[in-house]
Amino acid sequence: MNEPKFRYMKDLPSARLLGSGTAMCAGCGGLQALHGIYDILGEKTVFINAAGCMTLLSVYPFTPFRGSWLYTSMASAPAGAQGVRDGLDILLEKKRISTEEDLEVVVLTGDGAAYGMGLSSTSGAIERDLDFLYICYDNEGYGNTGQQFSGATPHGARTATSKGPRGFTGFKKDLFSIWAAHRPAYVATIAGAEPLDLANKIEKARNLKGPRLLIAIAPCPTGWDYRPEDSVDIGKLAVRTGIWPLKEYIDGKVVHTKIPHPRLPVEEYLKRQGRFAHLFTPAPDTALIAEIQARVDGYWKGVV
Amino acid sequence: MKRTLLTGNSAAAWGARLADVDYVPAFPITPQTEIIETIAEWIDGGRMRSRMVTLESEHSMITAAGAAAATGVRVFTATSSQGLLYGMEMLYTVAGWRVPFVLVNVSRGLSAPITLEPDHNDVLAARDSGFLQIHCATCQEVLDSIILAFRLAEDKRVRLPVIVNMDGFYLSFTREPVEIPDTGSVRQFLPPLDAGDISFRASAPISQATAVLGGSPYSYFRYESHMAATNGLAVYDEAAESFAGLFGRSYGTVEEYRMEGAEIVFVMVGSFATKAREAVDRLRGAGRPVGLLRPRLLRPFPGKALRKLLAGRKGVMVIDQNLSMGKGGVLHMELASALYGHPDAPPVLTSFIGGLGGRDITPEEFYEMVAVTEKAIKDGSTPPPRLLYTKRELDEVRKLQAIANVERRETGKGE
Ligand SMILES: Cc1ncc(C[n+]2csc(CCOP(=O)(O)OP(=O)(O)O)c2C)c(N)n1
Ligand code: SF4
Ligand SMILES: [Mg+2]
Repeated sequence: MNEPKFRYMKDLPSARLLGSGTAMCAGCGGLQALHGIYDILGEKTVFINAAGCMTLLSVYPFTPFRGSWLYTSMASAPAGAQGVRDGLDILLEKKRISTEEDLEVVVLTGDGAAYGMGLSSTSGAIERDLDFLYICYDNEGYGNTGQQFSGATPHGARTATSKGPRGFTGFKKDLFSIWAAHRPAYVATIAGAEPLDLANKIEKARNLKGPRLLIAIAPCPTGWDYRPEDSVDIGKLAVRTGIWPLKEYIDGKVVHTKIPHPRLPVEEYLKRQGRFAHLFTPAPDTALIAEIQARVDGYWKGVV
Repeated sequence: MKRTLLTGNSAAAWGARLADVDYVPAFPITPQTEIIETIAEWIDGGRMRSRMVTLESEHSMITAAGAAAATGVRVFTATSSQGLLYGMEMLYTVAGWRVPFVLVNVSRGLSAPITLEPDHNDVLAARDSGFLQIHCATCQEVLDSIILAFRLAEDKRVRLPVIVNMDGFYLSFTREPVEIPDTGSVRQFLPPLDAGDISFRASAPISQATAVLGGSPYSYFRYESHMAATNGLAVYDEAAESFAGLFGRSYGTVEEYRMEGAEIVFVMVGSFATKAREAVDRLRGAGRPVGLLRPRLLRPFPGKALRKLLAGRKGVMVIDQNLSMGKGGVLHMELASALYGHPDAPPVLTSFIGGLGGRDITPEEFYEMVAVTEKAIKDGSTPPPRLLYTKRELDEVRKLQAIANVERRETGKGE
């Protein structure tokens, strides 16, 4: 196995490429992940964006990106990537631009687009073996519209459209497996709070060809209801409780890149967020907490 | 000049081939499929140097079309009806990107009820999208209009995508003799795309289609698109003139037929205007001063040209092959707004809805429209819009309903 390029924090790029002063909330976990991603991918990129919080990164006439950007719609960012990739390939093939002018095409969408409305267009892009990166920042709800539940919302979470005593009664969709079932070049989960794991996966993805898709957990102080300064802790807890498994799919195999040991109880993660407050007050909902724990335990049983 | 028998669909494919398009994002829908099948065959056979990609929907297809055009390649695509509406969000979006490309729409009535036959509610739903619109009545015109449309779309004063519209079945599947222009002359008329600053390049980073905050920058961009679309009138005239010089075929923004001394005038778009021509000939034969105008351009709207052509006439009969529920015909409203308040405008503007879902418009109906309009001129009052339908058709539908009811009762399914 190849040595990871980034072994220590000091190996990571020290200067931040993505500009500051955007309209994102303080403590946005999605933006933290994007910083890490952009530092590795660099400016020879064109980001193809779908409707969501990150759409407000580039507001006319300013942008924090040093490279290029194209906003499309909520459903069709992967199709936008198809058009840009094909356009660039045609220009290269017909020698109308030089290879130095080429760009890495990167789709950037939220979970609402990735898990739901944009899934058909992602599926199509993978099936056509499109050479592109897909970054989904998963804040587990339709954040930009006020955090209603989406296909990525976890069981029990309170959202703007699941305020009942049991929170969201559905279950988070397994997008990693849905993507992997298409047998693309690469699929991975990442977390901004785990910068080394993130950097190595982006580096690996960058050097592959074909569809490469990554889901970043995006702790969201505004939608998950906690203080902005807790974002990194919450991201770390998501990994340490085993709620957010860090893994990758490559060459037909799934490998876990960081197996939490010992795994912290899920309460440690849940109790830090207002969206799960009804699990603890006025009285602990031990049944629901146990159900969530059991599901996490069940997952890891299948792994180790 | 040699002519070849071509369907409207193959004429459209020829238009794309002669325009030397780089990229063809596609998705099948009747009656458009023959266009993409023909292009696919040419590409496979090495006769066309384009890249074709079948997307998984028209929403994606139009996104990919706009995105590829934004890199600075020449793009052609085609759809119909439900497909155009499925991609509607992206029609508005890519027009706002100010990228030039050409989309052929093969008109087909919209669901529900679902049908395969033509009318114009599909393409008119895109009326306010920012796409310019050229409407065709013959297969030759389809081919020529695609070449014209690229020139119009790519002109620096315009830079908007263009829809070229033809009627499903009546043109798409009808063979007509078509002159296929030679590549050299087409290249002279339509040089390779000069994309200017429309590009994505490592050396020139750019953010396209960013969000705006507030009504002021939003209005700025919307007004810019409107002014660019309006520029299209002059750009179109220039292009049509140079086209006529090279190929000997003239396509004004409005086609005139027997307008000399015409006192009452039919106005309609698309291939059904051919039916109106025959009616006009017969009416003229009977000494009635009737003419016909067929706008080819609907966006930008050639209001000034229509005003001029209609000045001093006694009455206008607008035939709409579309229906805006609760209001009436779209073309009628558009024409009324272009004429109202102008001193020489015809005093009577009658409205008829016909040809929905490919329903025929018979010669008798054209005569009746003239009679209704003559009476309105005499009475000095305009009647409400008429929905063309005959007693016999109504009886037919009622009869079928009755048979179905009897059958349901007899088989006990209605119990
Ligand atoms: C077709 C369409 N429907 C609805 C919306 C409204 N909308 C804008 S952003 C958004 C939420 C997107 O959620 P997600 O992809 O998770 O991104 P987030 O807002 O959480 O960053 C919605 C529903 C839209 N822009 N387009
Ligand atoms: S709502 Fe959440 S995801 Fe969106 S910008 Fe704010 S913190 Fe980030
Ligand atoms: Mg979200």
